[in-house]
Amino acid sequence: MAGSTATLDGAAAAAVTPRRRNNYARRYWWFVVPCGVVVLGTIIFPWIFTIYMSMHDFKLGGEREWVGHANYVKLVTDERFLYSILRTLYFTALSVVIPMVLGLLAALAFARKFPMRGLARTIFILPMMATPVAVALVWTMMFHPQLGVLNWLLQQVGLPPSMWVYAPDTVIPTLVMVEVWHWTPLVMLILLGGLASLPIDPYEAAKIDGATPFQSFWHITLPLLAPFLVVALIIRTIDALKAFDTIYVITQGGPGTASETINIFLYLQAFAYYNLGYASAVVVVFFSIIIMLAMVLLWTRARVKASG
Amino acid sequence: MMRKINRIAGNIGFGFGVLMLVAPAITVFLWMLSLSLKNELDNTDYPPVFIPNPPVFDNFAEVFERNNFLKYAINSVIVSFTATGLAILLGVPAGYGIAKMKATKAAVVILIARITPGLSYLIPLFLLFQWIGLTGTLAPIIITHLVITVPIVVWIMMGFFEGLPAELEEAALVDGATIWQAFRHVAMPLAKPGITVATILAFIFSWNNFIFAMVLAGRETRTLPVAVNNMLTFEQISWGPLSAAALLVTAPVLLLTLLAQKQIVEGLTAGGVKGG
Repeated sequence: MAGSTATLDGAAAAAVTPRRRNNYARRYWWFVVPCGVVVLGTIIFPWIFTIYMSMHDFKLGGEREWVGHANYVKLVTDERFLYSILRTLYFTALSVVIPMVLGLLAALAFARKFPMRGLARTIFILPMMATPVAVALVWTMMFHPQLGVLNWLLQQVGLPPSMWVYAPDTVIPTLVMVEVWHWTPLVMLILLGGLASLPIDPYEAAKIDGATPFQSFWHITLPLLAPFLVVALIIRTIDALKAFDTIYVITQGGPGTASETINIFLYLQAFAYYNLGYASAVVVVFFSIIIMLAMVLLWTRARVKASG
Repeated sequence: MMRKINRIAGNIGFGFGVLMLVAPAITVFLWMLSLSLKNELDNTDYPPVFIPNPPVFDNFAEVFERNNFLKYAINSVIVSFTATGLAILLGVPAGYGIAKMKATKAAVVILIARITPGLSYLIPLFLLFQWIGLTGTLAPIIITHLVITVPIVVWIMMGFFEGLPAELEEAALVDGATIWQAFRHVAMPLAKPGITVATILAFIFSWNNFIFAMVLAGRETRTLPVAVNNMLTFEQISWGPLSAAALLVTAPVLLLTLLAQKQIVEGLTAGGVKGG
């Protein structure tokens, strides 16, 4: 490969190695430029403009006024915002741990061969492909305290009815249930891909040594699967932090503010109260939280890779 | 004998486990179907009526009659097809270029786009569209949907082109082909499966997107998820039409998933992609 490019570019360029490599790469720029322009306009411009906006007091239809870091000072003292952070962390912790456990179990199950495995797997991933608004509506109907099918089910197994999303103390666990239902399949798929890539030799050796299935799972599967577990953990954490559609459709942050996560708070500030400057500051803080968590998780991933 | 019994018991246990995993997934969709096929009396009956007897299709008829549903369906089709098509046109060459240049920085931008909450793009773009007077058309919705589709396509294609053997293109280059010809006639045909995966996933996540159209759409430019959400707000307890509408919105993507499950599993396993 190096030989053919060298002849194409000529001997002169070959004398200056770094530059030659540069020219070689540069020939592919035009493949990226059109897409780059779109990314610049729809993704990078909003990032920069948001930071600029976050330093203004700007209500839609009103005057725009430079206020420096005043929006951020206001955020730090805004109890409603601080509580939304706590709620987001609570929601995220549950929406990460439960899908990780269930997703691992499901991946282990689907890694085995059994009749109708393809069909079962397809059904299992349907929730994550379905339109979130549509499934959120069905869940809302199931949560109805008097007529909902879930309370009827509880009654059948002898449990007291629940208020589901209609009471402050049950609303977040209930929303977590929907999130778990929705996104466990993605965790399962990532881990299933990991399981498919594992070598079989260690298992055979373990079998000869008389290891129980649980021992080979604990000492072979889990360590080998660690990098995939971390990837799934990163993706799940970020997605749980960002969760919006189902929460918004089912509760809109209510009852009161009992399920108001950062994302819902942000939406209300921006598009219900039109405090666009203040909302921009929320975006910056929210984004920083996400990036920080992502960095911690990526660092974990690097460590897992190094030890593996 | 004992071992055989143990094995059978184990298999039954395993089968039960799989059933427990699959049951919640399918039940929600079956309940959606059941609600959409019953009249209002059965839907609000307690204890619940499970099997529609006889199934009625009035709910579906009502959805089309009352809610301008067809117009919103057409909007959704236009938005998702355009946003996916543009993303393929732009993203496939870009994925190729990034793979060839080993441009890791470009890949990082795509990755950050993946983790940014969709809502955070909306404030600046909302203002921008107001200033240049695009509100009231489908253009703002299509443009914002590119935020979802472009990263998905670039990410999948990047991985795909990196995995292709380089020898064939190099042979073409030595034979005097331009790099564009090498891409167009050698690399792209080889990457067809990747393009299929990228198209399907970009389309599904664009179709499912709620937030962008929720903020940007006017009465005439709503997409289906927004239209269905609005039905909830105005018709608290009419469950039949609501379920029928929800079913109609999500049926296309569920069918697509059933038909193309192999490609979808492949693409999602590789990238962990998801829009918004």
